Amino acid sequence: MAAAEKPPVTITGAGPLSGVLSCVLTWIDQRFPLVSSWKEHLAEYYAPKNFNFWYYFGSLALLVLVMQIVTGIFLTMHYKPDAAQAFASVEYIMRDVWGGWIIRYMHSTGASMFFLVVYLHMFRGLLYGSYRKPRELVWIVGMLIFLCLMAEAFFGYLLPWGQMSYWGAQVIVNLFDAIPLIGPTLAVWIRGDYVVSDATLNRFFAFHVIAIPLALLGLVAAHILALHEVGSNNPDGIEIKNKKDAAGRPLDGIPFHPYYTVKDTLGAVVFLMVFAIGVFFVPEMGGYFLEYNNFIPADPLRTPTHIAPLWYFTPYYSILRATTETFMWALSAGVIGMVALIVLSVGNNLVRLASAAAGAVLLVAFYVLEPKVWGVVLMGVAVMIFIPLPWLDLSPVKSIRYKGPIFKSALTVFVISFVVLGYLGTQPVTDTGTLISQVCTALYFLFFLLMPWYTTLDKCKPEPERVT
Amino acid sequence: MSDQEVNKGKRCFLVAATSVVGGVAAGVAAVPFVGSMLPSERAKAAGGPVEVDISTLAPGEKATVDWRGQPVWVVRRTKDMLETVPKLDSVVSDPKSERKKDELTPKYARNEYRSIKPEYLVVVGICTHLGCVPVGKFKAGPEPFDSKWEGGFYCPCHGSLFDLAGRVYKNMPAPDNLKIPPHKYLSDGKILIGVATEEA
Amino acid sequence: MIMRFAKNLARATVLVALLTPLAAPAAAGGAKLQKAPVDLNDLVSLQRGVHVFVNYCLNCHSASHMRYNRLRDLGLSDDQIRDNLIFTGVKVGEPMNVALSTREAGELFNIPTPDISVITRSRGSEAGSGSDWLYSYFHSFYRDSVRPTGWNNLVYENSSMPHVLWQFSGQQQVKVQEFGSHSDATAALQQAKSMARVDEISVKDKDGKEVKRWVMKTIQPGTAGTMTPLEYDRMIADLVNYMTYMAEPARLERTQIGIYVLLLLGILFVFALLLKKEYWKDVK
Repeated sequence: MAAAEKPPVTITGAGPLSGVLSCVLTWIDQRFPLVSSWKEHLAEYYAPKNFNFWYYFGSLALLVLVMQIVTGIFLTMHYKPDAAQAFASVEYIMRDVWGGWIIRYMHSTGASMFFLVVYLHMFRGLLYGSYRKPRELVWIVGMLIFLCLMAEAFFGYLLPWGQMSYWGAQVIVNLFDAIPLIGPTLAVWIRGDYVVSDATLNRFFAFHVIAIPLALLGLVAAHILALHEVGSNNPDGIEIKNKKDAAGRPLDGIPFHPYYTVKDTLGAVVFLMVFAIGVFFVPEMGGYFLEYNNFIPADPLRTPTHIAPLWYFTPYYSILRATTETFMWALSAGVIGMVALIVLSVGNNLVRLASAAAGAVLLVAFYVLEPKVWGVVLMGVAVMIFIPLPWLDLSPVKSIRYKGPIFKSALTVFVISFVVLGYLGTQPVTDTGTLISQVCTALYFLFFLLMPWYTTLDKCKPEPERVT
Repeated sequence: MSDQEVNKGKRCFLVAATSVVGGVAAGVAAVPFVGSMLPSERAKAAGGPVEVDISTLAPGEKATVDWRGQPVWVVRRTKDMLETVPKLDSVVSDPKSERKKDELTPKYARNEYRSIKPEYLVVVGICTHLGCVPVGKFKAGPEPFDSKWEGGFYCPCHGSLFDLAGRVYKNMPAPDNLKIPPHKYLSDGKILIGVATEEA
Repeated sequence: MIMRFAKNLARATVLVALLTPLAAPAAAGGAKLQKAPVDLNDLVSLQRGVHVFVNYCLNCHSASHMRYNRLRDLGLSDDQIRDNLIFTGVKVGEPMNVALSTREAGELFNIPTPDISVITRSRGSEAGSGSDWLYSYFHSFYRDSVRPTGWNNLVYENSSMPHVLWQFSGQQQVKVQEFGSHSDATAALQQAKSMARVDEISVKDKDGKEVKRWVMKTIQPGTAGTMTPLEYDRMIADLVNYMTYMAEPARLERTQIGIYVLLLLGILFVFALLLKKEYWKDVK
């Protein structure tokens, strides 16, 4: 729309400033899509009116991202990314920089909060089928954000250069070493050295401070744009755009601003109270937010007896450790079972052939490559397997409210497995622990792998016409 | 949408009230961030006072110490050097050091020779133009920058000239006299730079 | 929806709680830690503690992240700090570095003496906090002629550090008892009146077969020191109190500021709630 044709921006309710503000905003709007963006994404973005508790976590994730960036900037003013100075520079921030300890605790508590919020945000997706068509791209971008977040946390954790920082990084980079053929070279390339060292610290600093945050900001923008393109889902899983009024507005929709800006503000305040309890009263959280061992400076000559990642990585760490030689038999049985299931239930001969071939290749590979490699692979697949959800869920309904008992049980089992895996990941390895991890790993993967079948078989309830 | 009348007044008030409290909270939250940029304990410790031993300083000699990252000179002025100071009263721009005196000339240095003891000049060696370190040229005699040079300091960057009391000559790029730092005598042979002499 | 999730979470928690004993490592070796009487508001105790610290610890250890002038937190003036606590002649704004170099320490003790600025934060575990660990550590030294220093410690086995404060506590001995079952050993550990630890060992029985036994070591009094046990305990309590403070000086003000922050957020919460409710009257 050409500048001359746009109506002027009129502000009311700002008292004596209204006139000046209207002038300035009109001038900007003639040269920048100010008003149209405001309308499209806020004042006339019609969101379903039945958003519940689970719908706070998206805006909270955005809030935490902003807080991590701001606290991160101020930490970078004092932190020294040098192996000889890093640990001391963190203590310098805690003691000698005025207000430094607040900023540090906000950043460390914020990291754990970020994962708590994001896991709950993803769970909402599982509950209400937010990943279903037409929101597959929102889901995929979201998973890319999750991957970036994991990388960001991993790189960031090396920076304090404590014992856990150092050895955690050493263990994880060594996982890349396990990749056949290119592994060792790749690991050296990542580290910039033959062991984790000053070179590694400096580049992880670069990734953590600028590379991944830039990627995150871009991905978050894409995530929101993709969502606004198709409109938000809701706890009933029905499309509000199917029922519009005469003016083309969804009957069950309300403008995001002011209703959800006001509601999300409330959510933010409650979140900040929880956050403040963490920052000011329990910043260490019993060793879960700040590990005890990390108050010992990194010592390349002494490995701590008990290396554990931060709590948010522990489910995946459990899956890694669960992949022992005996587990390979279970995996093989699983592969054979899946191929059999596909061959028996899918009519397409090409698909049958392809899956049988893939199965055969996998069985050979299971035999040829060490369990160590498969542990890494399984850990990676455990994260990535969320991505194809839009195509695995064949249920006629989106939301758990109208799905049958099979899905509800499956999700419950999945959640329990995830939590148990998470807990076991914080503990040292024991025989019983490994067995339970293996069972839970199997259940974790079966939630996804069997989904096409059990969502088809499930007895669903009829969806309502309007939101409830 | 409900049939109830929208209470605009109440809404206005609540928006305003929440914004005000929110603004206060944001202001309080900003405090540690803004404060963290102030000099840290490390900077303050490094900026602590410095002792100078002047017992071994020969007449006409200049000692340099680092105080807060700045060079501070102690010049042991001879009788001849001291005599040049009143002679240059008409040549310097601010002979009585009246301009910016709280910043540049502490009370105990507001005298003819800009020092506590005339024999020792204690001055910050940074040109008041753009921050270069002037060169000490204490010998009187014709110089390329002044045919009637009585001795003092010459700044190589843009040619500013200062006398042996650190006073800037007229018509120089530098606007002000050299700064006299806070200092006190711990004894006849020791000066502490960074702590002001207490008022009597 | 929240109810369902809460139910799921409850089920998961119960499951985890039931499974925990199975997954926990059996018969982990370790000392029973005593709770350290930490009170960071007791400035007098902290002052006594820093006195002990500076006199007995800074000879070998450094606390390079702690500046002397931070001790103003304890109610001391710069002059008091300089006159009573600084023996190396450094300025009061300087950190508590040590005269002994890392190389010298390496030669004397086989390992370099660690910096102990944050030691009480690094020793936390399920057995107790880092302060508890340190407090127990100073009560657990015993004479051991096998060790190069002549001392060993129940809490930190084969510690390279000698019992620096032995003259005050006297020289303690250790009593060793063997148990045939883990539960017997654990019961004895719970009932032990002084510092004790239990470790699992493998011995060969009369048939030459490897069997598990549990060994409990308990501290026994030996020769007397210049202090009574109560006086020594008070000194250690003060020292550990100081070191807990030193590990995180901000802790004193952290909780106080937190209360004000929560109050402010509480007020903001009230307004945000009223605002939300007012606007949401419009909806359905």
